[in-house]
This record gives sequence, C-alpha cells and structure tokens, in this order.
Amino acid sequence: MKNLVVVKNIKKNYGKNEAVKGISFNIKEDEILGLLGPNGSGKTTTIGMLLGLLKPTSGEILINGQKLEGNRIEILEQINFISPYIELPKKLTVKQNLTVYGKLYKINNINERIEFLSEKLRLGGLLNSITGELSSGQKNRVSLAKALINEPKVLLLDEPTASLDPEVGDFVRSFLEDYKKEKKISILLASHNMNEVTRLCKSILMMKDGIIIDKGNPEELISKHGRKNLEEVFLKLSRSKNELN
Amino acid sequence: MYGLFLRHFYLITRSFPRILDLVYWPTIQITLWGFISNFFAIHTTYYNNAVGVILTCAILYDFLFRTSIGFNMLFLEEIWSRNFTNLFIAPMKIGEILTSLVATALIRALIGLIPAVLLTSPLFGISILDLGIFLFFLFLSLYLFGITLGILVSAGLLRYGPSFENIAWSTMFLLAPFGCIYYPIEILPEVFQKIAYLLPLVYIFEEARNILINQTVDIRNIYNAFMWNGVYFVLSIALFYYSFHVAKKKGTLINMGE
Repeated sequence: MKNLVVVKNIKKNYGKNEAVKGISFNIKEDEILGLLGPNGSGKTTTIGMLLGLLKPTSGEILINGQKLEGNRIEILEQINFISPYIELPKKLTVKQNLTVYGKLYKINNINERIEFLSEKLRLGGLLNSITGELSSGQKNRVSLAKALINEPKVLLLDEPTASLDPEVGDFVRSFLEDYKKEKKISILLASHNMNEVTRLCKSILMMKDGIIIDKGNPEELISKHGRKNLEEVFLKLSRSKNELN
Repeated sequence: MYGLFLRHFYLITRSFPRILDLVYWPTIQITLWGFISNFFAIHTTYYNNAVGVILTCAILYDFLFRTSIGFNMLFLEEIWSRNFTNLFIAPMKIGEILTSLVATALIRALIGLIPAVLLTSPLFGISILDLGIFLFFLFLSLYLFGITLGILVSAGLLRYGPSFENIAWSTMFLLAPFGCIYYPIEILPEVFQKIAYLLPLVYIFEEARNILINQTVDIRNIYNAFMWNGVYFVLSIALFYYSFHVAKKKGTLINMGE
C-alpha cells in the first residue's frame, strides 16, 4: 500500500518551548493511524502542521507525494478535518453550509454530493434545519459531511466522537470504517477514547512531551506492556519516563 | 464579589488591546468634540451658505465606517462562530479570501448607504447627489480606505487573535479627529495637521466641502486621496500576508476558534 502521508522529522518550537521534537511517521492508503497522548503531548500541533495551519520549525511533510511546503492549496484540496473545537456557521441551514463548503472546495456536482452524504450520514431530514439548532450528535454528522464534501484522500480527525452518546458514537465509528474501506483513504485519528482507537486503528503512535514514545498495533502494545487493555497502556506510558525516541 | 472583580481585572491586565481600548475611547471622544466645538466657536458663519454640508459629510463618513466595520465583521463572524479553522483549511489563497471579503463588504456598505441617501432628501431637503460626478470618486476613495482599515485590523486579528477585536471597533474613531470630517484642517494644531495630510480622509472631506461651499472642484484633492489610498492599500495587503505568515509560526490560526 502506498504511503499517502509521510512525515519526516518535524519539529515545532514556540520560542524556547519545543512542542514537537522531531517526529516521523507514515500513513498508508486504507489505514487509520491512531494518535494518542496526554494533553499537551503535541497531538494538536502535529495535526496543525499537517493542515498547513502551522509551519514546522524544521522537517518535511508530504501528502500524496507532494510536499506541503509550497503546495498548500493543492494539498488542502485533498484533505479535510473534523474537531469538536471548530463548528460550522450556526445561522445557516445544513444545506447552505454544505453548499458553501462545496463551493470552497470547488466541487462540481454539489447537490449530488450533498444528497450522497446526507443519505450516508442520515441527514436527509435535517438539510433545511438551522445548524445551530441541531443536537450535538446531529451537528457532529453535519461536520463529518462537511469534512467529506471534497472526497478527501486524507482525513484528520481530532476527537471525532467526543460528547456523543454511545449510539451516535457507534454510528460514526461504523461509518468511518466503511468509508475508509470503500474509498481507500488515510485517516489520522487523535482520540482519548481507547475503545474507539482499539476498534478502528491497526497502528498507533503514542506521543508524550513532543516525541513518539511508542508505536505498534493495539494488541502488540497491550502485550508488550503486559496490560489488559489500551487504556492501561496509555496510563502506564503517560506516567512513565519516555521509552522510545 | 472580589472574585468577579479579579476575573475581569486579570483579563484586562493580560491583554494589551484591552488596556488600549480603555484609554483611548475617552481620549478620542474628547479630542474629536474639542476640535468640533473649537471650530464652531471661531467660525460661526462658515457653513451659512451651504445647508447640509455636515449631513453630507456625516453620510460620507458613515459609508467609510460601514465599509471598514463591515469588513471586520465578516472576519469576526468566522471567529465568533468557531468556523475560522474550517475557512483556513479550505483550499483558498489569501488573495481569494481578501477579494471575497472586499466584495461582500461593498455590498453590505451599499445596502446601508442607499436608504440613508434616499432619506436625506424628503426629511431634510438635501441631496448628497449635489456633489455631482465627483461623488463617485469620493465614495470610491472612502471605500478603498475603509477596506484598507478592515484589512489592517484583520491582519491584527490574525496575528494577535480575538483580543484584537476591540481595536476593530475603534479604528474609525481613532482616525476621526485627523480625518477633518466636520471641520477644515486649519482647525487642527500644526503637528496634527502634518499627520492629517498623510491620510486620504482629509483630502476627501476637504473636497466634499469645497464642492458644496465653493461650487468648484480641486482635482488635486481627489488625486492626493487616491495616492495615499494606494500607498495604504498596498501596505495593508503586505501586512496581511505577513500576519498570516507569523500566525502560522505562532499557532494563532489553530487556536483562533477555541
């Protein structure tokens, strides 16, 4: 499988503070890579650099074979992002929001695309609703539709199921699994929900203090650290000194 | 009670734009109205033959205000609605973002201006159209300066984040005393006159008064207004690009919506 995301030794300093201290990883086609780590470990900074919102102090990022530096616009056409910390304009209807983003991403058949996504994400009855009046579960599905409007090759997910009830959370996870399988996309999933990561990810990066302290698939990590589940591995690594650089 | 006081006190002491905001509102108000009072005390007959000069200048100033605030509002709306990150990860060049904001700000300003222009005639028997064909150039010049200020403030928002918001509301008032909107430039102290001549506003409002009072046109005023507008417009674009570059380094873009 081809590597859609290649990250080579990226560092990010804010003055004297080193937020990310030279990390490297790849994400293959048809792969969901879990990015775990305690708050302040550098996950958001890493995602910011992948989105071109932050300039790495050094290192290189390639998306679908193209360097991010110098090709930001071409790359942004191929990626998208969802986070509970960003929202869509509240006063617009769901359809208006999706149409706006369809235009921004220069989608040709916007109505067809919205119809397809609304069917997949159970938004049919919500298209004419005001976005700000939706429940968190509904808003989450609308944000996911926005994130898929451009048929991204790379999807960055920051806590995609935070604050969702178990039913909606399960729906979103199943949807992501199916969509990834169908479209062969690469997904980077930053999450604190260990069950979600265990279910969705074949490989995981554990970050702490700006470095990758361990990596592997969930079973390997559980067995390597002699713990019962990924949550216990997470706690052990978060509380221990850095093991792997 | 003390806790609530502390909550706001800490907020103020941690934000330079907020401190600036507290200081300059009273300063600007006193300065502006001081000059206006001074002018009317000395030149009571200046406007005798030109009814509506003040109203015309007020409409022109409001157009400038609406354009500038309109531009800032478009930018702030994205921050308030936490949509900012979505916008900046969309495949849009900075130039495309600026162009769409500039066009939208014009439409917003025109929506506000047209009723004001139409109302002055039946209510006060005054028509701003008395300025003739040169009205177009004055509006164009004001529009250019309005969006220039909008771009400058947006550059500040990009660089410093939402705490720069207060500056967005007050840029126009900061410049008002130097703009010589309601009085001729001669009323300003000499040092203020030197500053005022570096702004396009003084040429625009001097020319509006010149046309209405003297019924003549001084093309040099229109030329000077456009020249300074050109200078500030280019500077504002450059500053916006620079702020975007700095925001990418400092991480302001990713924290904007949080």
